[in-house]
Amino acid sequence: MRIARLLSAAALTLIFMFSLSCTEKKEAIKVGAILAVTGPASFLGAPEAKTIEMLAADLNAKGGINGQKIELIIKDSAANPEKAISFAKQLIEEDKVLAIIGPSTSGETMKIKNIMEEAKTVLLSCAAAEVIVNPVAKYVFKTPQKDSFAVKKIYTQMKKMGISKIGVVVGNTGFGKAGKAQLEKIAPEFGIDVLISEVYDKKATDLTAVVTKVKAKNVQAVVNWSIVPAQSIIVKNMKQIGLNVPLFQSHGFGNIKFVQAAGDAAEGIIFPAGRLLVSDVIPDSNAQKPVLMKYKKDYESKYNEDASTFGGHAYDAFMIFVEALKKSGPDREKLRDAVENMKGFVGTGGIFNFSAEDHNGLDIEAFEMLTVKDGKFALLKE
Amino acid sequence: MTLELLFQYLVAGITYGIIYAIVAIGFNIIYNTTGIINFAQGEFVMLGGMTAVTLNTFMPVPLAIVAAVLITMIIGALIEIIFIRWLDNPTVLRMIIITIGLSILIREVALHVWDEKVRALPYFSGTATSSISIKGVYISPQVLWVIGICTLIVIILNFFFSHTLLGRQMRACSSNRKAARLCGISVQNMVTLSFVLSAGIGALAGCIVSPITYIQYDSGTGLAIKGFTVAILGGLGNSMAAVAAGLILGVLESFSIWILPTAYKDAISISILLLILFVRPGGLFGSREALSLKEF
Amino acid sequence: MKRLRHLHIVYMALLIVGIQVVTSATDTAYFLTQLTMSAYYSLIIIGLSLVMGYAGQISIGHAGFFAIGGYLSAFLTTYNLLPYQETGIVAFLSNAGLLVFSQDIYGTDLLTVHPWCAFISAIILTTSIAYVIGRPVLKLKGHYLAMATLGFGIIIFRIVLGSSYFGEADGLSDVPGFPLIGGVEISGNMSARIVNYYIAWGLVIIGMVLLLNLVKSRVGRALRSIHGSEDAAKAMGVDAAKYKLHTFVLSAVFAAVAGVMLTHYNGGIGPSEASVMKSVRYVAIVAIGGMANLWGALIMGSVLNFLSLRGYFGSMDDAVFGSILIIIMLFAPQGILRKGILKDLRNKLTGNPEVKQS
Repeated sequence: MRIARLLSAAALTLIFMFSLSCTEKKEAIKVGAILAVTGPASFLGAPEAKTIEMLAADLNAKGGINGQKIELIIKDSAANPEKAISFAKQLIEEDKVLAIIGPSTSGETMKIKNIMEEAKTVLLSCAAAEVIVNPVAKYVFKTPQKDSFAVKKIYTQMKKMGISKIGVVVGNTGFGKAGKAQLEKIAPEFGIDVLISEVYDKKATDLTAVVTKVKAKNVQAVVNWSIVPAQSIIVKNMKQIGLNVPLFQSHGFGNIKFVQAAGDAAEGIIFPAGRLLVSDVIPDSNAQKPVLMKYKKDYESKYNEDASTFGGHAYDAFMIFVEALKKSGPDREKLRDAVENMKGFVGTGGIFNFSAEDHNGLDIEAFEMLTVKDGKFALLKE
Repeated sequence: MTLELLFQYLVAGITYGIIYAIVAIGFNIIYNTTGIINFAQGEFVMLGGMTAVTLNTFMPVPLAIVAAVLITMIIGALIEIIFIRWLDNPTVLRMIIITIGLSILIREVALHVWDEKVRALPYFSGTATSSISIKGVYISPQVLWVIGICTLIVIILNFFFSHTLLGRQMRACSSNRKAARLCGISVQNMVTLSFVLSAGIGALAGCIVSPITYIQYDSGTGLAIKGFTVAILGGLGNSMAAVAAGLILGVLESFSIWILPTAYKDAISISILLLILFVRPGGLFGSREALSLKEF
Repeated sequence: MKRLRHLHIVYMALLIVGIQVVTSATDTAYFLTQLTMSAYYSLIIIGLSLVMGYAGQISIGHAGFFAIGGYLSAFLTTYNLLPYQETGIVAFLSNAGLLVFSQDIYGTDLLTVHPWCAFISAIILTTSIAYVIGRPVLKLKGHYLAMATLGFGIIIFRIVLGSSYFGEADGLSDVPGFPLIGGVEISGNMSARIVNYYIAWGLVIIGMVLLLNLVKSRVGRALRSIHGSEDAAKAMGVDAAKYKLHTFVLSAVFAAVAGVMLTHYNGGIGPSEASVMKSVRYVAIVAIGGMANLWGALIMGSVLNFLSLRGYFGSMDDAVFGSILIIIMLFAPQGILRKGILKDLRNKLTGNPEVKQS
């Protein structure tokens, strides 16, 4: 009997929850966000969530869009795909959101891609992998620059420097995986030989053994594709074992604190990046400058931490949504068309020109080659 | 493979090994007095490192480290008093689950106290790039610091447990609780002391390795798993053996990278552990006789 | 006793139908999505409850078995064999009707293993691994057992994270639905939601009936005697090692079935399913349900997973599980879903040592 009682108690709880969810207001325009605010990808999700919270608050303070406020529903997936799936269905069916921003990681994005297609709802992913938009899925867009452009930028630079034999080391994240694939695929186009490619644990505490293995191959340069802290550890370990060849990092590099902490070690690192990191040194004539300066200033004064490229991806996703919404009004189908036809949108990652064939909208010019000079990021002199 | 390269791998292996060993020693101290494996041991390392980095913003490094170690010791004592002390003869299963719960909780609290960002103390001497070159083998000065301090810890602990009254009392608790109590030893206080001691050692480890490894709210778990592996490899409770086991595992891992993709490094070290567990559950250095007398 | 046992199953079935009717009537059928997912998680949890509660063996590696099932099935049903169509083994399988042709949403032709075949391979693999690993692992006790099972989980995690066949950090996506008889399939399509809800809970009912009968049988008595005192049980002629191994394997199969089904339902699987945190979570839920209490494990498994999947705990998800774990283990190590829990608590808080506990 006891169990019968427990079961009926469970039933009552459920019914109570149903009734709670039935009493909702229906005024504001709802937009969902699935971000890895905590967990292993929190370095992506946390600044992303902060960014869109800030933007939504700003927007609502100014009276919203066409008189309608935005209601932002952020769900923390902690980078678990099964949660991303659950949340995507929840946001679409229950909260009836107009669009979803995120997820932060490629793995989660790929899992919910089919759900978005089935539900005919726009997804503005903040994840980097190229498979998200290639082949193009009708409702799925992404804001981070393509890995292949970053790789091409790096290889172009290598050609200029006369480098043809390289070693590739990547972390075992989705980001590292995608980078490695592109680095190996594009290398022949530039006549570059990848002599060795190694995957290491993203939580690795010391990479001396990995760089030692690379050193043994007599490479002319090393490309590292990973996130913090490994991207900083590798810098130190290379210098410590006397592997003094140019180090190229991915566009995921760019935490100025680590550059400062690494001191001399970071000097001379070359990496492609969006212009957010060098917003104060790019010429005033650059169309992105005002956007970058404003985002950086707003974010840094509100949260008292450095703005990151990742937060920038969420900035772009949210602002693209807002821009499209202004044209389309609250209708999922029209919103999709508005995003797809958007041209010349100036974001933090570059200038977006979407089309039916290109759901990323950025070109190779979105990247600048940067370097570290005197403990600061600077544009690489040609 | 040249000789220099061989030694370079060896140095890398020793660095890993020493870090694992010092975490393993923390496990052993608590195990020796209580028979408990404290799955939250890695969290002490994280807390020590994180606190020191925070304190370092307004005090010099040595002072920050001392303060961080003291703070972590207090936390260790509080954990024992709040969660462990009043349990009446708990089962091993229950203790495993409680300490796992503690580890999750401390990690989550750290996430909300600090944030998800990665931190580090500055190098104790020289900069991140400076290294000492011995015939083509490069060693970072921080590695020497780590090795030096760890050796010191092991020596002091050995002296403490075999030559001081307090240390002997703690050991007495582990070999026979009832007898220890009958001799007038306050077993409960000894248990608290063991938590304090291992929290302190963990925190110190967190401070000295953080320039090399960096530290983050979830750094503890990985270190705890490695430390636990090493503790079992050496034979639970044996600190000297833990150092040896740590070095063996570290060097093995380092050389495994030379042959196999790095992605499988952890799988390899854990496989070694499983094999040892199946063949010699008492660890590499445990004797079978001692094993048969032990309660698991 | 027997009648009562079946009565509970009837109550449960009624509740399952009741929830579906109520949600459909109130236009809130979307709740069924998370209820379906939590049903599959409950399947692992009742299996783990058998190992932990009845056989008394901790396993901090059950997410590993879940991942073996899910990943193998996902890999076999998504790996395109078309380029090898003419080669020996693939041609043979194809002729035997074990492969299926299909097209993905972009119109690319795929030749993959039939989901049923993948399912059977996954179960066979899990069973073999559980046997091979279970034999030496279950000889260990206490911390050593915990470490060995934890180690097993980590190895599986590292393999799925490190192997490009398993999609590394991204996991595997675009897993097709799992066809059952009569055009019904296990998939995440919104149109098939109610059917899938019943399939999932139907599986849980089958699992429950199986386990309830098992624990009330000779096997169950043998297990309890092992849990009480293994030496005494051995002296009475109970083959402790055999019983422990068989329960371990059975629970691994439960986990693998759940893994396969949930992967087809979700259309994909990621490495987080194999993580240590997942294994710990399963242990936590079994502990909260009260180790040797299948009903407790089932109720807690479905309710907590449901709440977690709906995101009610927000960013505090792990913290919630950690806290529950500690609180339960400190104050109510026998779980909370049982008689006399309030009395026990009162005794504990007033310091009345009336009830001794282990």
